[in-house]
Amino acid sequence: MNLNLKAALIASVLALLGIATAGYVAAQPAPRAKVIKISAKRFDYTPGNLTVKKGQRVVLELTSRDVVMGLNLPDFNVRGDMIPGKVVRVEFTPDKTGEFTFLCDIFCGSGHEEMHGRITVIA
Amino acid sequence: MKQGMGRRDFLKLAGIGGVGVVFGSALPGMANAHGDDDFFFLQLSDSHWGFEGAPNPDAKGTLPKTVRSINQLAEKPDFVMFTGDLTHTTDNPVERRRRLGEFKKIVGELDVKTLYFMPGEHDASLDNGKAFQEFFGRTHYSFDHKGVHFVVVDNVSDPRAQIGDEQLAWLAADLKTQPAAKPIVLFTHRPLFDLVPQWDWATRDGAKAIELLMPYKNATVFYGHIHQEHHHMTGHIAHHAAKGLMFPLPAPGSQPTRAPLPWDPAQPYKGLGFRAVEADLDEARYEITEYPVQKA
Repeated sequence: MNLNLKAALIASVLALLGIATAGYVAAQPAPRAKVIKISAKRFDYTPGNLTVKKGQRVVLELTSRDVVMGLNLPDFNVRGDMIPGKVVRVEFTPDKTGEFTFLCDIFCGSGHEEMHGRITVIA
Repeated sequence: MKQGMGRRDFLKLAGIGGVGVVFGSALPGMANAHGDDDFFFLQLSDSHWGFEGAPNPDAKGTLPKTVRSINQLAEKPDFVMFTGDLTHTTDNPVERRRRLGEFKKIVGELDVKTLYFMPGEHDASLDNGKAFQEFFGRTHYSFDHKGVHFVVVDNVSDPRAQIGDEQLAWLAADLKTQPAAKPIVLFTHRPLFDLVPQWDWATRDGAKAIELLMPYKNATVFYGHIHQEHHHMTGHIAHHAAKGLMFPLPAPGSQPTRAPLPWDPAQPYKGLGFRAVEADLDEARYEITEYPVQKA
């Protein structure tokens, strides 16, 4: 089978499957996200300090090792519950550089007010 | 009081020296309508009974001293409102009740007939307000006093720092019974607006409560939580935060975290105190006078 015939055959198969070859570029997956797992236990986050890049999509995978807590990153309007035995995913794309605080926004006990972490966004 | 001395003059001469600030409110149609009904109440907040630590070496003495100062006022307030964090949080439910009981006993020494209470997150967020209610009853309610409609909103019994749809529906129904010109005072613990969300100085659904207040041209909010005097406007609605009675906190957003300000031995109780609020309906304004814990 010559090359032209092979290409025509592949195109025919793709057409039969309903996949437009012309749309291949547009259908490419979004840029890979940076996935960061964060677990909480009263009254800490692990990790408590994160570094991400401006413009890079970030996915936070949140869970708790004891009680229900929260992670709130007000500067990027991001928050999620942290639930024992579950993983909650939240995502955002930082659009500014700097250091930003995230905190527990579900009152979780005597050390709740000291429960916070820091995210550094670099260029 | 009589013979030409107004109540605010009287308060200033009452012996413990307050500092007054006048906050005007648009009160269309109210001027001269209630001249004989002017009154004042006290707001006490964030006594954090049970706290121990360097920010207040007189943790067990500050609240009793405040009670004595109030009892020395030559004129009694119509009522006292405590805007939450009566006690400091504890993970131990027995200790929580012990603190609430001790607090109740201490403020029971106030020579004031009517006391109102609401919880802060330290009192209520770990058990949805259960222990608080055992000692002080409801966490949200309303009452009328001399022409003003007072509403108490609980934004702490839900540990997520929200009022919740059920209470918001109650608030909407409660306000609906009031005419648009009625003076409304809303007491709550956390700020209803986003003061510093990075410090947890916000209420997740506070904007909904503010929206419900918006039709009322004379609506004012008094709250606690931030342990300092602070004044903010959302539209025509003034929000006044009160000082605490255990330790002061830094100015909003002034540093990375909201750690208590250190005790100053040269100026003990600095940044702590209570306030008197005179509802001067005759002149369509509230006058706030800040008082220290005790006379300098």
